[in-house]
Formats: sequence, structure tokens, C-alpha cells
Amino acid sequence: MSTSNNLIDLQNISFHYGDGYVLEDISFSIPKGAFVGLVGPNGSGKSTLIKLIFGLLKPQKGHVQIFGKKINKFHDWSKIGYVSQKANSFNSGFPASVFEVVSMGLTSKLGLFKFMKAHHRKAVIDALHLVGMSDFASSNIGELSGGQQQRVFIARALVSQPEILILDEPTVGVDANSTSDFYELLGKLNKENGITLLLVTHDIGTITDKVTHVACLNKTLHFHGETNEFEQFNERELSGFYGHHVHVLSHDHDHGGI
Amino acid sequence: MIQALWKFEFLQNAFMAGILIGVIAPLLGVFIVVRRQALIADALSHITLAGIAASLLLGKYFTFWQGINPVYMGMGFSAAGSLFIEQLRKVYKHFEELAIPITLSGGIGLGVVFLSLADGFNSDLFNYLFGSVIAISRSDLIAVAIITVIVVMIVTLLYKELFFLSFDEEQAIVSGVRAKWIHFIFILLVAFVIAVSMQIVGVLLVSALMTLPVAASIRIARGFKQTIAYSIIFGEVAVLGGLVLAYYLDIAPGGTIVLLSALILLFVLLFKRMKQWKS
Repeated sequence: MSTSNNLIDLQNISFHYGDGYVLEDISFSIPKGAFVGLVGPNGSGKSTLIKLIFGLLKPQKGHVQIFGKKINKFHDWSKIGYVSQKANSFNSGFPASVFEVVSMGLTSKLGLFKFMKAHHRKAVIDALHLVGMSDFASSNIGELSGGQQQRVFIARALVSQPEILILDEPTVGVDANSTSDFYELLGKLNKENGITLLLVTHDIGTITDKVTHVACLNKTLHFHGETNEFEQFNERELSGFYGHHVHVLSHDHDHGGI
Repeated sequence: MIQALWKFEFLQNAFMAGILIGVIAPLLGVFIVVRRQALIADALSHITLAGIAASLLLGKYFTFWQGINPVYMGMGFSAAGSLFIEQLRKVYKHFEELAIPITLSGGIGLGVVFLSLADGFNSDLFNYLFGSVIAISRSDLIAVAIITVIVVMIVTLLYKELFFLSFDEEQAIVSGVRAKWIHFIFILLVAFVIAVSMQIVGVLLVSALMTLPVAASIRIARGFKQTIAYSIIFGEVAVLGGLVLAYYLDIAPGGTIVLLSALILLFVLLFKRMKQWKS
């Protein structure tokens, strides 16, 4: 695949905080329109990888390219939406309405000293519609359930109309039912709205029927490819990778034209 | 009282300064409270006292210094104190709250020593600790007005950044908000507001005006803007009501303002409880 088609490109990245590499020789790319599931056990370097993508950390070796530009030349961060695993660990007493929380997503697009105009307000409502939360616009964020809050944070990430959405363990602390609804929503955003997604999770089983690409990370990249190839990546290897036995759940796959 | 207000300039000064402080103290207070830094106002007010005392002390030795309003040196100390707190927080990463008592006790220690050296231990100290309406001069009022304009302007211009940073600092930084600069500007504003507010309510009570109206507002408001609006309304009711009551009952205005704020808070909590009880 040519570089120009990739929204994010990591080339031979190695990174260490002090002693010993956290990530070693990682080459990883996200093609436009893909839904990439990045899986790995706790401490496998997933969060570090995200920080490298956002330029919050600099790799000791290798290059990061975003939208075909070297990371230090890339400034249009509103093209990348981000939902962190801590998104719903905010102070639940915080007096902010759902509408106000989603408006935060426009901060960088608006820029300093600029105010929201009518079409920005409409964008906020549209984003809430997209995640099915428009009825709650004037509720305080703390009054919602964990799953609803997570949808609001997705809306916040979507409101600046990013081309790619990066989700770092977004379902931590969300109950199982809401979690499956949530993956349903992500699948819809990818297929119907054409948003490229990078979903970081340690939960390998539940996502394989939604994602188009899988990457398995544990210091090095153990597998990176399309989901149907991942099926053949056998259970024994996966167990070695996780350090204990893992069941790969089978799903019916329907990848359409991707 | 209306007549007296026409007649006495100090009363006019007190009311106008009160109206302005009733806006800016709760306005910044909202951001302080939601960031769980309510005690920072206490620490800075004590440092401000040290600055005012230092100014009085300089006035004792250099006559030309007497022409300079002590509130400016108070502001300087308060600003320096705010930077000192940020620094201390970094040093004691795992005990961030230590920065507050260190600054607070250091400030009051310095203030008391300076005041005793400046022979201002009697009336001056009392005024600064508990606030005084009579002490507010035209030049004090001008200082309050300038700070009000600056605070309202900067908070309006940086509103969405301040709001985002208060809600979710990590995400705000990822979205390109320049957290360090905005923190720096914000804490300077807090330092200035405390320095000008303490003339009316006093060192010991200034943080109450930044937190009590917000504490009441947060219980009943929907959304952040409404929280700010209610906080300012409660702040104004407390300040104006407190000044009027203090005038008629001949009691300390600072204490009256704070007690009124506490009453408003109590009323709001009861109102909320009754509403829950009904439904």
C-alpha cells in the first residue's frame, strides 16, 4: 500500500523510557477507511504507541508520519479525534452540560480568542445525533450512565469532523451491554460515515467481527494485517504472545468491499 | 442609607468595589473549585498580607513610598506566591497539597513580622485580617476596576481553553491547548483578584467569596455557564446585602458578607433537599 493512502505511518519505531525498550522496531500503518484493532496485554506499550502518534513522546529510532507529513511538520491536530481511557474518569460532579462537553471538541478547530457561531452549535447537535445522544444535550454529564458518557466523548471527538478517530481502551468501566452497543456504534461510524478508526484494547475477542485490520502488540508487533488473515494466526502463537492460553472466538465475517 | 451613600465617598467606594469584586471573585472561583484547588485562595491571601505589610514597612523608612498604594505590593507578593505554589507542587509531586500550608504559613509569618516592624500591629492588622469598608480609597477602587476589566476580558477570551483544561487536562493538551501558559495566566489573575478583594473582606475571609457562592451554585446549576451565572448572582447578593446589613447593624462588613454567603449556601442545600424529598 502506498504511503499516501495511509493516514498514520510508523516506520521502524523503537522507544524506551529509561531502561529497556518498551517498543522495538514497530512498523505500523493505518490506511484510510480502515477500522484497526490494536490489541495487547497490559503493559505491552499500547499507550506509549498512542503517545508517539500524538507527538507527546519522541521515538529514539524510526519515524512517525501523519497524513503523509513528518510529525514535527504536522499541525492540523483537529483532523485526529481522540477518546482516552480516562475520558470517563473525570470528576462526575463537574457542572458541565452534555452540549458543553461536546463543544470542547471544537477548541482547537476554533483557535484562540474565537467564539462559537451558529454553525458550530449545529455541528455539536449533529455530533450528538450521530451517537444517539441528542436528547441529553442539556443534561449534566455526571447524571449519565458510563455507556452514555462514553458516547458523549465520542461525539466530542467527532464534532471537529476528524478523518481518524483514535480510541484508547474506551470501554474500561462500561458494562457489557453498553460495550457491545458501543462497538456496534463504532462499526456504523466506520462503515456508514467513512471514519477511519484505531481502537486500542486488551479485549481481543469482542472486536474481531467489527474491525478490518488487527495489530497485536507486545513490545514488538506480533501480527499486523487484515482481519481474515488474523484468523489463521493460530491460537498457540496468540497464547505465547499473551503469556497464557487464549481462546479466539469465532465470528461470522462480513467485510464487504474493504 | 441612600443619603449617606451620596454624602460619603468611602461608602460609594465600598459599594462600587463590592459590586466589582462580587463579579470577579466568584467568576474565578468557579474554575478554582472545579479544579479542586479551593484552598489556593487562602494561601494567596496570606501571601498578599505579607506584601501589604512589606509595603507599609517600606513606607516607614522611605517617605516617598507612602504615596504608593500597598495593594500593588500585595499583588506582587500574591503573584510571586502563585508561582511559588506551582513550583512547590512540582517538587512535592506526590504531596501536592503540601504547597498550600507551606505558602499559607510562610505568608502569615512574614506578614506579621513585617507589620510588627512597621508598628502597624493594631488597627492596620485588624483591617487587613477582617477587611474594612472605611479603608477603601479612590485609588483602591481604581485598582479594583482595572483588575475587573482585565479579568473579565481574559476569562472571556480564554473561556473555552480554561473550561476544557478544567474538565480534562490531558485531553485538552492533546487537542493543542497550551496548558502551561493558560495555567500561568490564570493563577496570576487569581493572585490579583485576591489582592484587591481582601481590602473589603479581609485575608481570612477572601477565599470564602471565591468558594461559597460556587458551592451553592454547583448544587442547582445545569451546565458550566449557568454555574458561573448563579455564582456571580450569589456573590453579588452576599456582597451588597452584607454591606447594607453591616451599615445598619454597625457590624464588620467582611464577616457579614461571608455569613450571608454561607446562609445562601445553606438555603440552596435545603431547597435541593426539599425538592428531592418531594420527588
